[in-house]
Amino acid sequence: MVAAAEAVRAQCPGASIDIAHVDHAFDIDGAELKVLDDVSLIVEPGEFVALLGPSGCGKSTLLRLIAGLDKPRSGSLREDEVSIKGPHPSRVVVFQDPTLFPWRTVWDNVALGLEAQGILRKQRHRVDAALDLVGLTNFKNAYPHQLSGGMAQRVALARALVNDPKVLVLDEPLGKLDSLTRIAMQAELVALWQRKGFTTLLVTHDVEEALVLANRVIVLSDRPARIKADIVVDRPYPRHRGDPHLADLRRQILGLLGLEATW
Amino acid sequence: MSTFSLSEIATGDSAPSSALADKLRDVAPGIAAALAWAAFGAACLVREDVGDWSRTTDLAIAAFVIAGLVLIVGVAASHLGRAGSALRRRSPWLLALGVFLTLWELATAKYAWLPLPFFPPPQAIIEIYTDDLPKLLDSVVASIKLQLGGYLIGAATGFITGVSIGWSARIGYWVHPVLRFIGPLPATAWLPIAFFAFPTSWSASTFLIALATGFPVTVLTWSGVASVPTAYYDVARTLGARPWFLVLKVAIPAALPHVFVGLFMGLGASFAVLVVAEMIGVKAGLGWYLQWAQGWAAYANMYAALLVMSLLCSGAITLLFKTRDRVLIWQKGVVKW
Repeated sequence: MVAAAEAVRAQCPGASIDIAHVDHAFDIDGAELKVLDDVSLIVEPGEFVALLGPSGCGKSTLLRLIAGLDKPRSGSLREDEVSIKGPHPSRVVVFQDPTLFPWRTVWDNVALGLEAQGILRKQRHRVDAALDLVGLTNFKNAYPHQLSGGMAQRVALARALVNDPKVLVLDEPLGKLDSLTRIAMQAELVALWQRKGFTTLLVTHDVEEALVLANRVIVLSDRPARIKADIVVDRPYPRHRGDPHLADLRRQILGLLGLEATW
Repeated sequence: MSTFSLSEIATGDSAPSSALADKLRDVAPGIAAALAWAAFGAACLVREDVGDWSRTTDLAIAAFVIAGLVLIVGVAASHLGRAGSALRRRSPWLLALGVFLTLWELATAKYAWLPLPFFPPPQAIIEIYTDDLPKLLDSVVASIKLQLGGYLIGAATGFITGVSIGWSARIGYWVHPVLRFIGPLPATAWLPIAFFAFPTSWSASTFLIALATGFPVTVLTWSGVASVPTAYYDVARTLGARPWFLVLKVAIPAALPHVFVGLFMGLGASFAVLVVAEMIGVKAGLGWYLQWAQGWAAYANMYAALLVMSLLCSGAITLLFKTRDRVLIWQKGVVKW
C-alpha cells in the first residue's frame, strides 16, 4: 500500500490545482469586506506559480483557501480533480513567520507532520532526510529560540517538505529575512522545487522574487483581488537578476500594479 | 571557563607583596563567620541560664564544631573546588547568622532582656526537636499527606477544567459562570459548611485545599490555552493534525508557562487553607500542633513548628520551580548560537 503510493508519487510528484470562480469575503463589524472577486486559475502539476499583488489585496486569503484552512463563500477549489474540503498534508503551507513550536527541538518540529499523521515511528528517517535537505542536521537538538531567522525558516521548510507534499504553498516565506539570506534561500527554493517536482504556489509582493523563482506570475488587483494578468516567465534556471528579458517583464508588471512612474 | 573582573586584570601585574593581602581578603569572611559562631558557642557558656534548659552545653559544643568547620573550609576554600566557593559565597550569611544567634542567646537565656515565656532561647527550640520529635514528625507527615492529596486533586481538576473551557466554547458557556461565582470566594469561607457536609474532617479539608488550588490553576490554564496563537493551529492542521492532536500537542504545551504560574499561586493559597483546616478541623498536622502548643503556652514548640512549616512550604515551592525549569527548558535563552 505504502509502496504503491510511493510509486505513484515518484511518477507524478506535483498535483494540479483548479480554482474556479472563487469569491470570498470577511465580515468585519457587520460590514462585508470582499477580498476575492471571481478568481479562476488552473495550475498545472509541477508548475511554480507566483501570486503577486499589492499588500492586503487578498492573496494570502487565496492561499488559505487552497490550503483548506478556510472555505470560500462561493466557487470551487480542487486538487487533482478532488474538491478541497479541509487541510491535508499533501498541501503544506510555509508561512511568513516560521511559527516553529518553541517547546520542540528542531528535529521534533520537523517531525510534526509525520507525528500528526501517526506514521512517525516507522518513518523517522524522513525527518533526518528533510533536515539534511535544508542543511540543518547539526542543529537538530536546538530549540527554535536558538536559531537565526534564516535557519528558522529553513526548519519551517523542512517541516513542510518532510510530508512529501504534492503542492507547496508559500506565503511570503522569505518576507522577513535580510536581503542576503533571502537571495540564498531563493536559490535553495528553486533547487528543491526542481529536485522534488512538487507544484509550488508562492505569494509575494516582491516583483523580482516572483520573476527569479516562478514560471508563471499571476498579477492580482487591489482588494477585492481579481486576476489582472497571467504572465509566463519562459527563462531557464538558474536565472540571472540582470537578465534583460526579466527587466522587461518587471517593468510591465510594475505598470500593471500602477507603479510605472517609480520605475 | 575562566572569568576576569576588571579589578583582577588591573591588579594582576602589581607587586608580589599584595599576594598576601589578596589571600587575606579571600579568607577574611570565612574567619569572621567562624568567629561569630565561636562567639555564639561562648555566649552559651558565658554564665548560667536564667531558666532550666537541658541542651545548653550541647548547643555550645555544636556551635564550636560549626565554627571549626567554617574556619577550616574557609581557609582551605581555594583547595576545595566547588564546595569551597559555595561556602565562600555564603560566608557573609554565616557571619550574620552567627551574630544573630549570639544576640538571641544573650537576650533570652543569659540576661532575659526579652520577656521569657514568649521568647525562648535557641536551646529551648533545639530541645523540642530532640525531645518532642515523634509528635512533630507525626504532624509533619499528616500535613504533607493532607496537603499533597488536596493539592494534586485540585491541580488536576483545575488543569482539566482550564483546558476544557479554553478549548470548547460550549463547556465554557456552562463552566465559566460557575467559576466566576465560586472561584473568588476564599476557600476558608466554605469551612463551616464543608465540615458538616463531608463525612470526615479529613475529606472536608482535602476538598478545601483542592478548591483553593483549583481556582488559580483553572483560570491560568484557561487563559494559557485561550492565548495560543492561531498560527500554531494553522500549521498543525495543514500538517494533518486532528483535534486531539491540537489539544494535546499544541494547546497544552503552549499553555504550560501559564499553567505553572497557576500551580504556584495555587500552592500559596493551599498552604493558607491547610493551616486553617488543621487548626479548626483535623486533629493532626503542623497547624494543629501550633494550636495545641498555644493552648499549653508552649512557645518554644510554636517556634519549632513554625520553622519546620516554613522549611516545608519553601521546599514545596522550590520543588515546583525545579520541575518548571525542567519542563520549560525550551523557554530559557541561555544557549545561543
